[in-house]
Amino acid sequence: MNFFQEVAAWLGDPANWTGDSGLITRTLDHIWISVLSVTIAVVLTVPLAVILAHYKKGGLITGSLVNLGRAIPSFGLVALAYTVSLSIGLGLGFWPTLVALVALAMPPIFTNAHTGVGQVDQATVEAGRGTGMSERQVLLGLEVPLAMPVLWTAIRVSAVAVVATATLGAIVGWGGLGRYVIDGFAQGDDVQIFIGGASVALLAIATDLFFTATERWVLPAGTRAKDRTEVEAAPKI
Amino acid sequence: MAEAMIRLEAVTKTYQGAVNPAVDSLSLEIPRGEVVVLVGPSGCGKTTILKMINRLIEPTSGVIELDGRDVTSVEPHVLRRGIGYVIQQIGLFPHRTIADNIAAVPGLLGWDKGRIEQRVDELVELVGLDPEMAQRYPASLSGGQQQRAGVARALAADPPVLLMDEPFGAVDPIVRSRLQEELLRLQDRLAKTIVFVTHDIDEAIKVGDRVAILNIGGMLEQYAPPDELLREPANEFVAGFLGEDRGLKRLSLIPLTSVNLVRGPMVNVTGTVEEASSVMRQEGTEWVGVLEGDRLLGWLWNTDLDGKSTVADCVPRRFRATIQAAASMREALDAVVNTRNQAAVVLEGDRYLGMVFLDQISEGLLS
Amino acid sequence: MIDWEWITDQGDQIWERTVEHVTLTVIAVVVGLLVSALLALVALRNKRTYAPITWTSGVLYTIPSIALFVLLVPFTGLSLLTAEIGLVSYTLLILVRNIVAGIDGVSPSVVEAARGVGYTDRGILRRVQIPLALPVIVAGIRVAAVTTVGLVTVTFIVGYGGYGFFIRRGLARDFPTEILLGVALSALLAVVVDLSLVAAERALTPWARSKATEE
Repeated sequence: MNFFQEVAAWLGDPANWTGDSGLITRTLDHIWISVLSVTIAVVLTVPLAVILAHYKKGGLITGSLVNLGRAIPSFGLVALAYTVSLSIGLGLGFWPTLVALVALAMPPIFTNAHTGVGQVDQATVEAGRGTGMSERQVLLGLEVPLAMPVLWTAIRVSAVAVVATATLGAIVGWGGLGRYVIDGFAQGDDVQIFIGGASVALLAIATDLFFTATERWVLPAGTRAKDRTEVEAAPKI
Repeated sequence: MAEAMIRLEAVTKTYQGAVNPAVDSLSLEIPRGEVVVLVGPSGCGKTTILKMINRLIEPTSGVIELDGRDVTSVEPHVLRRGIGYVIQQIGLFPHRTIADNIAAVPGLLGWDKGRIEQRVDELVELVGLDPEMAQRYPASLSGGQQQRAGVARALAADPPVLLMDEPFGAVDPIVRSRLQEELLRLQDRLAKTIVFVTHDIDEAIKVGDRVAILNIGGMLEQYAPPDELLREPANEFVAGFLGEDRGLKRLSLIPLTSVNLVRGPMVNVTGTVEEASSVMRQEGTEWVGVLEGDRLLGWLWNTDLDGKSTVADCVPRRFRATIQAAASMREALDAVVNTRNQAAVVLEGDRYLGMVFLDQISEGLLS
Repeated sequence: MIDWEWITDQGDQIWERTVEHVTLTVIAVVVGLLVSALLALVALRNKRTYAPITWTSGVLYTIPSIALFVLLVPFTGLSLLTAEIGLVSYTLLILVRNIVAGIDGVSPSVVEAARGVGYTDRGILRRVQIPLALPVIVAGIRVAAVTTVGLVTVTFIVGYGGYGFFIRRGLARDFPTEILLGVALSALLAVVVDLSLVAAERALTPWARSKATEE
């Protein structure tokens, strides 16, 4: 049997799909922690970022944040989160993985929400004020919708990075697709390693496509999507 | 001067970190229903003055009253809903259709949907936009069309006051001139109080009922109707700003109807050659105009009459320097100069009103 | 919390891992730059190839490098080649995009002037377009290099890792000091690499510097 036949055989075995350590559960675990992390990162950063940007504050922070985010390796984030989690008694698995992923996603989302609002044409903002919009209405009715193309791209890129890094959660005891990789190396099982790598790759591409496909529903009509990768991207592993 | 709609009293604005004030103790009254143009070189504070009226900029000291009420007694955003605002960059909301852009202020004021829709339709028509454009996004409109939409948005809630900051500065000269004329046409119907900022003196003279010429630091050099400015510039600065050709500029403000037209040597087409000759003798000319009732047929040299018995026997020559009565003295001058004549014939439609001579035009400047 | 005494004992290890980390990074960025320059040239010569080239490098960028390392293991084994394929493929999108954008961004009037004084197409590219595009290109290299420094830590999975070795071993031994050491060294290296590239850019673009002082 050559390698690909072995992979096919693995995929053909229903036992590998179902159950707690099956491909389906692990994929769902992987998606679940990714969605949760990105959501938390958005909730924690976007309101602050857009308010700071509205008042033209925090320009310096945004620059340094994204540099810091790039300099600290995501693997390091996972390991640090693990250490912290253990020392404060949150244990293995879910918490260190979640904390690391949130920490990974926050800087680029913060920065792009900030620059997205900052880039909104000042004439539009002035016209908004001139027509009698309150500051709140200017922010929520003009600046945030007009920053959406940049913000959405940042969330997309961060989500892909989170899906990738969630793989490392297996090292600190989280399930997800990384388990195949870690267990595969431990057991010297190339097929399992390959399954892990392929499923993470496919999930990352699917994430990217999901965000691209939903763009037209999320982005206000009349705003043009910015160049898809023209944002401060999250470092991805 | 009509009663003041906007009154500035000793208004000063010094920007943070600046040594000299951008506007220094300016007092100005803007009469109700007039177009007042603030004009001056860059750095004269004209935009600052405008933005202090709707509180996009707060003055360092002084009082601004709108319709007798201190503008600071109202929340800025409430104040602004009652003031139309048009800027050079237009600032249409790119993520909203033209109709939604125009509906911005009525929406903020909480009008019901039906009323807003009706108002939007009215305005699209008023500013001369194609109704089909209402559902498009700003990016798909030309600069001139966008500016019309911007004006429509400013007029949406029928505010008594309109602030316009170089509204036509970004469009090409032909479109600009058309938009200026449309603004005047609109103003004839709407009679708003308009404060209009520009750096273009010709635009100021064209659209303003009254022009405020400002110098660096918001110094008011002269505040007067355009004709008065051109006739009696208060000082060297104003004269320089108006330019060497201010006499010509002024002519464009004087309507032909303000001079007494000369009847000229005229004979009816039914008249005899003798009648024609006596008209020429009386007027001291070698030519005579031919009328049929009050319609002008043309003119004849005295030699054209030789050997004829009635005027009807001759073929009249065509007047080349003709001009309509609604034109300005400047256009009359153009007509005379371009045809190398001494006078231009003034018509109203087909009807002959009289003639205007070159010396009358130059006298017009003295009045 | 931090066991300084242990760290001072690690001199040899740290040196060894530094060499490994720097080597992996430099190879990845240099190879990535060469491949990207080639792809960018193709894209610039023939605009129609730009979309497929960026699409392909976009997919490579989207595939997590950890997945790429792992997918390659059955074929190229636990080797330097495996690590470098993963690292290089990640840099392509950023570099190609910045090279093309940089060269496209050179003012057409400058290019026309160069043609006017008699430069050949090749000469224009070498003497005018590339030098003027340098700030944008270097910006791309900075992002690519700093990200690569971070990614190298993950190559532990194919038996390398640079400073990632400390992180991995710290995790296995539950030894926070070693994890922190790995993270701190990696972050430090990222900063050093970034600053060196900034310095290199300043040295290579004296005209941009003089403009900055005039303002």
